[in-house]
Amino acid sequence: MSELLGLAFMQRALIAGVLMALTAGYYGVFVVQRGLSFLGSGLAHAAFGGVALALLLNQEPLWVAVPFTVLVALLITWVRERSGLGADTVIGIFFALAMALGIVFLSRIPTYATDAFSILFGSILTVSWADVIAAAVVTGMASLTLPLWGNWAYATFDRESALADKLPVRRDDYLLSVLLAVTVVAAAKVVGIVLISAFLVIPAAAARLVTRRFSAMTLAAVGFGAVAALLGLTGSYFLDLPSGATIILLQCLGFAGCLSIAWLKNH
Amino acid sequence: MYAVETTALSVDLGIHRALENVDLQVEAGSFVVITGPNGAGKSTLLRAILGLVPVSGGDVRVFDKPPAQVARESVAYVPQIKTLDRSFPALSCELVASGFCHRWPWRVSRRAHGAAVEALELVGGAHLAHRPLSELSGGELQRVYLARALVRDPALILLDEPATGIDMAGESDMYRILDDYHHRSDVTILMVTHDALAAHHHASHALLLNRRVISYGPAREALAPEYLGQAFGHGAHTHRGCACGEEHDV
Repeated sequence: MSELLGLAFMQRALIAGVLMALTAGYYGVFVVQRGLSFLGSGLAHAAFGGVALALLLNQEPLWVAVPFTVLVALLITWVRERSGLGADTVIGIFFALAMALGIVFLSRIPTYATDAFSILFGSILTVSWADVIAAAVVTGMASLTLPLWGNWAYATFDRESALADKLPVRRDDYLLSVLLAVTVVAAAKVVGIVLISAFLVIPAAAARLVTRRFSAMTLAAVGFGAVAALLGLTGSYFLDLPSGATIILLQCLGFAGCLSIAWLKNH
Repeated sequence: MYAVETTALSVDLGIHRALENVDLQVEAGSFVVITGPNGAGKSTLLRAILGLVPVSGGDVRVFDKPPAQVARESVAYVPQIKTLDRSFPALSCELVASGFCHRWPWRVSRRAHGAAVEALELVGGAHLAHRPLSELSGGELQRVYLARALVRDPALILLDEPATGIDMAGESDMYRILDDYHHRSDVTILMVTHDALAAHHHASHALLLNRRVISYGPAREALAPEYLGQAFGHGAHTHRGCACGEEHDV
């Protein structure tokens, strides 16, 4: 274990992984309770489009993928608000658009870069100090929003009442979409784009099963995410498995455990 | 000063005109039932009073102010419970405390808890304080929601079809609670309902709406058969009973 912690790439992976898990667990409770689980998936595929564009332009993926994904997140929120279409429909459309653009961009690159593979599936070996800094910035941004937790929770439970109480619900919707977009892109290296929506959804869903209060659900989701990231990254190193997939499999195992606990409590 | 006053109020929802030229003056302390057919704009009127929908024409004033400038403590809104997310992990006292704090409580402070329990006692729901919302019946949830409105000691309560989704016993309990509270305070109540009978028994005034005002005044007069026929578009035989029973003692 000490040998493991001595490895620089492992240190980077663990720091970035735990930071991203804390952040995703925190936003995840809003995503799950607002019925926006599909949004994580949609944004992840938008991030794929952004990464592909960065590879085509030969730029650092993060710098292109972040604004690209934020733009898609804002468009999803805007079109949803204006069109009256269901969130899943609007997300489905932008999901496909960003994915199609990503494939077109990739097809224009003469040699298929391995970078794209590590971003699709996550790789602990490729987590750089830049990624760790990105994770720290994203977690810092999330902690700055802690004073807004009460407003977000209120609007999550009952949007109409929150609006009637003159809370800035629409501004908060946009803010949450932008923060989610940034989180999804920053977590891509650790978990991979394909699995990132699970990173947002599973800890929160598991926490929901075993808690009776939204504040407890938030704490449980954050803790659950962090433990799964720690164990998953360590396990993936020893078992020589892809890091993202190992973390998600552990989360699913934990979810099954919570499901059993909830079932036992009710019977 | 009127509690609620609208002048030639029109509201468009997309290309559909939901309210047209609504003139309404609600005296402070009235208990007004708003009724009318589906799509009559009843909920839209409440939403316009709350400032939740843009006004296409005319004006809304609440205690002589535009809705956006009204202190949020003075207005309480009870939405339709069928639209609520019962899967949200929350205890009843947290929901009531949210009406007191105007945000969701991370943990309920002693002061907020005291206020929440007091409000729950008013609705006969003190025993529900530490029950999760997912375990409440429709009637119990409606009581908790009512406590959430009362906890801020509002000057105006707006209720949107509070009887939907609860059984008859729950419904009569709720009307009794509202009646009691109305007689103990100088609160103004506006309640949207399909139940014209309740209107006759509990309200001081009725507003019959079908995108325009069909009638407004003391409940017995405003719900006269000719107006009901006009609003519902048929001979008001099914409603005649509503307008002729005795008002009950209060």
